[in-house]
Amino acid sequence: MLARRPASLFVVARAELHAPKQEKALLETAVNLLVPLASDDGEFHGPTINEFFPDAIFFANTPFEMNRIILIRFIAVAVMMLLFWAGTRRMKIVPTRLQSLVEMGLDLVRVNIAEDLLGKKDGKRFLPLITTIFFMVLFMNLTGVIPFLNIAGTSVIGVPLVLALVAYGAFLYAGIKKHPGKFFRNSLFPPGVPPVLYIIVTPIEFVSTFLIRPVTLTLRLLMNMVVGHLLLVLFFAATQFFFFTADGGFKLFGVGTLAFGFVFTLFELLVATLQAYVFALLTAVYIQLALADEH
Amino acid sequence: MLHSVIAAAAEAEETVNPLIPAIYDIIWSSFVFVVILFFFWKLVLPRMQKLLDDRAEAIEGNIAKADEAQRKAEAALEQYTAQLAAARVEAGQIREQARADGQQIVAELREQASNDAGRILATAKTQIEAEHQAAITSLRSEVGTLALDLASGVIGESLTDDARASAIVDRFLADIESSENTAPSAGKH
Repeated sequence: MLARRPASLFVVARAELHAPKQEKALLETAVNLLVPLASDDGEFHGPTINEFFPDAIFFANTPFEMNRIILIRFIAVAVMMLLFWAGTRRMKIVPTRLQSLVEMGLDLVRVNIAEDLLGKKDGKRFLPLITTIFFMVLFMNLTGVIPFLNIAGTSVIGVPLVLALVAYGAFLYAGIKKHPGKFFRNSLFPPGVPPVLYIIVTPIEFVSTFLIRPVTLTLRLLMNMVVGHLLLVLFFAATQFFFFTADGGFKLFGVGTLAFGFVFTLFELLVATLQAYVFALLTAVYIQLALADEH
Repeated sequence: MLHSVIAAAAEAEETVNPLIPAIYDIIWSSFVFVVILFFFWKLVLPRMQKLLDDRAEAIEGNIAKADEAQRKAEAALEQYTAQLAAARVEAGQIREQARADGQQIVAELREQASNDAGRILATAKTQIEAEHQAAITSLRSEVGTLALDLASGVIGESLTDDARASAIVDRFLADIESSENTAPSAGKH
């Protein structure tokens, strides 16, 4: 499929081919982990999948229903917009502290993702989209470790799915605009392949290019955030249980689960940043593949 | 496996499949996405772009300013060097001129002095000569008169005959002159 493409892209694309299997395994592990605990006899309450579907707060049973997670998303977005609005309000050539922080974030996306993969011209075209994806995912991921919010805005399928569809749309738009009329043909019937092989190549190309990409983008982010949340809840619920319910020596286990919870909180910070980066990067990679000259 | 687990969970409790999006979830996610997209697209990124442009301009402006300053400094240095060289040449010329003038003045003075000396010398010689002649003339007449008087006295007669008298004087003087010529040698004997 990708024999003629650069090696780094090949690695990304190959990982992506295997990704659905991983994501599925991840989900199964997560669900397996929580089901027995959820159906326990009441002494210990582990996290359940219903954590991600809290009761409605506003507009219940309408298409505009709001629950706790939707509100958390709004808070994350409000904080983000406030930060960027304040940080770019009075841009100075010699930056203030907040401005240089905001600049650093914007430069990360602009230089390391957009311009690096797409070049100056196309990078600028798709910069608003890639920047939006990166910071939206980042700030909604981070709510997973912020006290009192404690759940990632991206841990419900809406945001990952919408963003994946947007990335998919950008990929199709870039390809069709760059190679009108030839994009789908060249994607599905790569030139230079013996026609007989199209029997094998075309289904693979179709599935890998047009089906798997949005699915992996969605599931990778969703499952990372779901599992991260479940793990944190599990560790802290267990700590609570060991400290205040368990007898005698079992209380010592609480120290261990607390330590794990602490470490995984830090790990979640890393995952939140990394997933935002990966999501934005893959969006740029897909656009780059669509813009590639071979189409 | 996955389905059985979810099914089992659903039996235990009313469970939602996390992979099936709710309508409100999609709506709010899309809403939030659109808001953020426009926020970055229309507000933040233009500001950022403007800053980058300003910064590039400022850097280029500073470089241009520095270039101009350097060029000015070099021009000034060149000008000073040229002025210094011109001043040196001028000083040399003035010195040469002064030396030449000095030499000329000295030569003029020397010539004038020698002229003056020559003139004074000539005047003095003329004067001496004139006085010498005057002295000789007056001496001759006085000596003549005196000798005649003396001779008149001696011989008791007046030598009034001028012709004779002058002949006598002339002879006398000739005698004196000849005696003067011989006297030094006679005196030695």
